[in-house]
Amino acid sequence: MTADTTTPTRIAVAAKLQGRRVGWGESAFQLATLIGLLLSLGVLVALLADIVAGAWSVVTTRGADFVSTPISLSADTAGVLNGIIGSVLLTIVVAVVAIPLGIAAAVYLEEYAADTRPTRFIQTNVRNLAGVPSIVYGLLGLGVIVRLVTALGAGGSANGRNIIAGGLTLAVLVLPIVVITTSEALRAVPAGIREAAYGVGATQWEVTRHQVLPAALPAILTGTVLTLARAFGETAPLLLVGAATGFFATGGQGLMEQLSGTYTALPVVVYSWSRQPDGAFRDELAPAAILVLLVLLLAANAAAIIIRNRSERKW
Amino acid sequence: MTAAETRPDPESVGAAATPQRQGREEVVFHLDGLSVHYGEFPAVKGVGLDVRRNEITALIGPSGCGKSTVLRSLNRMNDLIEIAKVSGLVEYHGVDLYGPAVDPVEVRRQIGMVFQKPNPFPKSIYDNVAFGPRIAKTDDDLDGLVEQSLRRAVLWDEVRDKLDQSAYALSGGQQQRLCIARAIATSPDVLLMDEPCSALDPIATLRIEELMVELKSDYSIVIVTHNMQQAARVSDRTAFFTVDESVTGHRTGILVEFDQTGKIFTNPSNPKTEDYITGRFG
Amino acid sequence: MGRPVSRRHSIAEAAHGGRGLSASVMLAGDPRRRRKEARVRGFLFAAAAATVLVGVAIVLALIGEAWNFVTQVEFSKLWSLGWFPRRDFFDVRTIVLGTIIIAGIAMVVATPLGLGAAIYLSEYASPRTRRILKPIVEILAGIPSVVLGYFALTWISPNVVQRLFTANTFNMAAAGIGVGVLVTPLVAAVTEDALRAVPVSLREASYGLGARRGETVRKVVLPAAVSGIVAALILGVSRAIGETMVVAMAAGATGGSLLQLNPLEPGQTMTAAMTALAIGSDQVAGSGLAFQSLFFVGLLLFAMTLILNVIGDRFVRRVREKY
Repeated sequence: MTADTTTPTRIAVAAKLQGRRVGWGESAFQLATLIGLLLSLGVLVALLADIVAGAWSVVTTRGADFVSTPISLSADTAGVLNGIIGSVLLTIVVAVVAIPLGIAAAVYLEEYAADTRPTRFIQTNVRNLAGVPSIVYGLLGLGVIVRLVTALGAGGSANGRNIIAGGLTLAVLVLPIVVITTSEALRAVPAGIREAAYGVGATQWEVTRHQVLPAALPAILTGTVLTLARAFGETAPLLLVGAATGFFATGGQGLMEQLSGTYTALPVVVYSWSRQPDGAFRDELAPAAILVLLVLLLAANAAAIIIRNRSERKW
Repeated sequence: MTAAETRPDPESVGAAATPQRQGREEVVFHLDGLSVHYGEFPAVKGVGLDVRRNEITALIGPSGCGKSTVLRSLNRMNDLIEIAKVSGLVEYHGVDLYGPAVDPVEVRRQIGMVFQKPNPFPKSIYDNVAFGPRIAKTDDDLDGLVEQSLRRAVLWDEVRDKLDQSAYALSGGQQQRLCIARAIATSPDVLLMDEPCSALDPIATLRIEELMVELKSDYSIVIVTHNMQQAARVSDRTAFFTVDESVTGHRTGILVEFDQTGKIFTNPSNPKTEDYITGRFG
Repeated sequence: MGRPVSRRHSIAEAAHGGRGLSASVMLAGDPRRRRKEARVRGFLFAAAAATVLVGVAIVLALIGEAWNFVTQVEFSKLWSLGWFPRRDFFDVRTIVLGTIIIAGIAMVVATPLGLGAAIYLSEYASPRTRRILKPIVEILAGIPSVVLGYFALTWISPNVVQRLFTANTFNMAAAGIGVGVLVTPLVAAVTEDALRAVPVSLREASYGLGARRGETVRKVVLPAAVSGIVAALILGVSRAIGETMVVAMAAGATGGSLLQLNPLEPGQTMTAAMTALAIGSDQVAGSGLAFQSLFFVGLLLFAMTLILNVIGDRFVRRVREKY
């Protein structure tokens, strides 16, 4: 082969392979999506900066005292203790009621119920329930649960607008979410595991209890922790079931009075302080309370991530 | 075929000509007119055959011929598929397997199954084998039973030092032998194997085949395979299925021929079998 | 192919085959085990039924009180100067239009932010960038709405709305932007799911024909994922309509609101109207039809979000069925 026959071809091929220049519309679109992403992240940064800046003076001057003192009318001494206690108790009620119920319902729908029209209708309904605005659950709490709690004699000094009612309201609110996350976790368990367990003569419950649930447990736990975090930060439905009533509750009572009496919750404290005309409540104490709330939620999220990473297993 | 002629059971040698059994050779499964429908659609129709004790019975045929469906009706795994409906007679030691007093869970304990893809539980090797005995609460000496089952499955020497390790750390062939050990641990009477080597390499396949031949002194084995050489190598009797679209207009499996493996592979009585065996149809 | 003469092997022979029990007894199973099975099944069914019952209870609770409201209210009050439930003015237009305005502003914010974030993360970002940035977007999703309400009131209102316009401290624009921020992670998540559902083979086909990444994204991936993107926006609207705290804190108008459409002024949405009634005093039940009006608004809200969710769900499922 001689040089003068290959060279022009080579040049032509090389030129072809260089390709076209990228049009500006191309880069503009990519840039626009990047700006969308950066703005989303920027909002988060601005939010955290705003909160930390507002909370700074309380954090530096009050420190741990802020979380260990109860609510007060005076901005200098007010703390978030009642809010934390209330939120923790609410979350416990949610955990005790919604998690077993939700997991059991999901196990029934995924493992037991025949894949029929009614089953699918119920599954669709559960998905739709998860999309109902939280305030509507507050109405259910106000209209049904508060009355039910009173009728059952657990109304206490708050006329039924107490932690039990609030917790049950939040439990009902997160129930569909627990069902959905558990269902997804169960669906991710390979069918081969079920077949194998049936193959050695396990009953349906033995298959579920000893193989399917353990295999799905990490995902269920992660979902559960995130769900509880969601309940912990929920505000609107609690306003309808009386979380504001316990603003000046003294605390230090027995457990039953604690559960059936007036109460408040951390997010509700944030809401109430934000509406105070006194600048210190709105501009310093509210962000400090938010900081406490965010730190607690961050801890819950971190726990969920740790659970997920620890139990990551290949099938 | 030498596999058929060198079988240890002396009685069945002359049996090709006179399939009528006399004396002790016991029928484990007796199928007559077995059909399985998925919804309206018949997956397999009119199957009649006998599975004998301490033999390996192979079900072969092209894909979609219903051989796995027949296998799964032998331990009522088909019950787990909501739309599956079994009709006809399946007798296990003379008892109607689909009779009203029969508990499918109990059936599966006595009729073990090994699946196409190795499917160990996401647990330790020990827990995999111990699961069956544990739920049956027959665990007098669980450690001994686990060891014995693993030995039986010729896996013990490879895993004795790592019983508490995840079963997923084993190779595919080892996982399949673990699944066999798991099936053995409930001391079943029959082992059903649904293409147990289709996901394995040739060397692992050979080991499983050796194991099957060894196990048949204690168990009756029914194996579904798409590998004709495998059927010829290991089985005593072979059932050849094919797809028949003429009956219902659907792809429905039918049993073409059931006989001594040697006869099926050397002198089949049905031309369809011969076409399939010789590769003219597949 | 023959069959043994004695088709029915006797049970005794089966027992002779090495087992102490006859086959029929062996196959009957343990009745206690079956009873336990039935108990567990019953318990699980009850749990599922309870979950369904919750849905029914919501609807019945809403309909019951809402019916009392509809039958007792004077119809002229439903179409009057504004929403002042304690004074028996129940102008539904005020809160419905307020809801629409705020949800509209929210979607103006959430659509570019949510879609941009999702498309960039799923199509352009390197795996490393994605691994770092995606959890951050997820953190945004975990922030409680009361925190965003505070942020909308104390930061968005003065630093964004009042800087650009002459506006009241409490205004619907700030609340709308806040709701938009809240909805952004949801839009991003649903969009990303849709983009990821587009099969790799489709992208490879496009690259195989010599398309660039940008062309592949815009002309192949996005059109393939369009129903998922529509679903993201519909579910976003539904979420924006149902959002309560941001509006209750940043849009003002706690006691009630006149009918007005200026986003720079305070306004009332359906959700905020409900909290305003509930926290105004403990006497919700005592003031005329105010208590019942809560449930009427709730039912309206429930119906609106339900319809949007059902439609959104359809679109989501369309994506799943396609690939």
